[in-house]
Amino acid sequence: MRIDCKHVWQHISAYIDGDVDAALRAEIDLHLETCEICSAVLDSTRNVVILVADERVFELPAGFSRRLHERIDRELAQS
Amino acid sequence: MDHAKSQLDAELIRRILAGEKLLFHDLIRSCERPIYLLLYSLLRNEAEAEDAAQETVIKVYTNLHLFRGDSQFRTWVLSIARNEGLGRLRKIGSRREDSLDAGNDDQGGDFTPAILTSWREIPTTALEQSELAAILRKAIDGLPEIYRNIVLLRDIEEMDIRETAAALEISEGAVKVRLHRARAMLQRVLAPQLKAFAPRRKGLFGGFR
Repeated sequence: MRIDCKHVWQHISAYIDGDVDAALRAEIDLHLETCEICSAVLDSTRNVVILVADERVFELPAGFSRRLHERIDRELAQS
Repeated sequence: MDHAKSQLDAELIRRILAGEKLLFHDLIRSCERPIYLLLYSLLRNEAEAEDAAQETVIKVYTNLHLFRGDSQFRTWVLSIARNEGLGRLRKIGSRREDSLDAGNDDQGGDFTPAILTSWREIPTTALEQSELAAILRKAIDGLPEIYRNIVLLRDIEEMDIRETAAALEISEGAVKVRLHRARAMLQRVLAPQLKAFAPRRKGLFGGFR
């Protein structure tokens, strides 16, 4: 049975994480060979996952670590 | 996180409890970012998240003798951070109901992806443009809480499914479902905006199109 686009979309996240079984992966791969929409959806989703993971997206506030360790020092001095 | 890291943490904890208190600085260092991000995800305010992060770290220190080593140290720390964050939300009368109802997976939302017929990859070097980072941040901030914290822990802090589930006290199945929905929502919101950041491709005869 050939799987349709909606079926592929349901498994995109697991597919990206390598968390689909061999049979399903083979079906998805076969579908991707001929479906430019699903290929673009997969590529863009994977690209989004990589971009949001970059440290430059969410940076700690300036001085966060210094203030935290100063607070720890005050606590350690009292304990 | 691997076994060697767990052993290193266990050894540091043993020495801290035996009196080498200053080693606590080293122990907590690798947890700083995930603590802050989880609290920012809950509280959505930088100053409040920083204050809660400091409170969390002090609680970790004063309760260190209670850590049993049956989970990763970081997982234990993050559950303390989560309780700190939820406690603060309750105190201020929860501006957002969804954050306290972590078991609810039936929140509405459109998980259909943005339909494209081609995608030109956007390299991470494009993040040198602060505008791109801002667009990504805004998209993540716009996710419902139960999806946002999964993205922060799993995709941004790169914690595995098991550790993410343990830190948020939900099942691994729920982590997978929420992660899938979160990624679908991000693709839907971001793909149309990100296209503008695709590098120009060299056309025939060395020209740009």
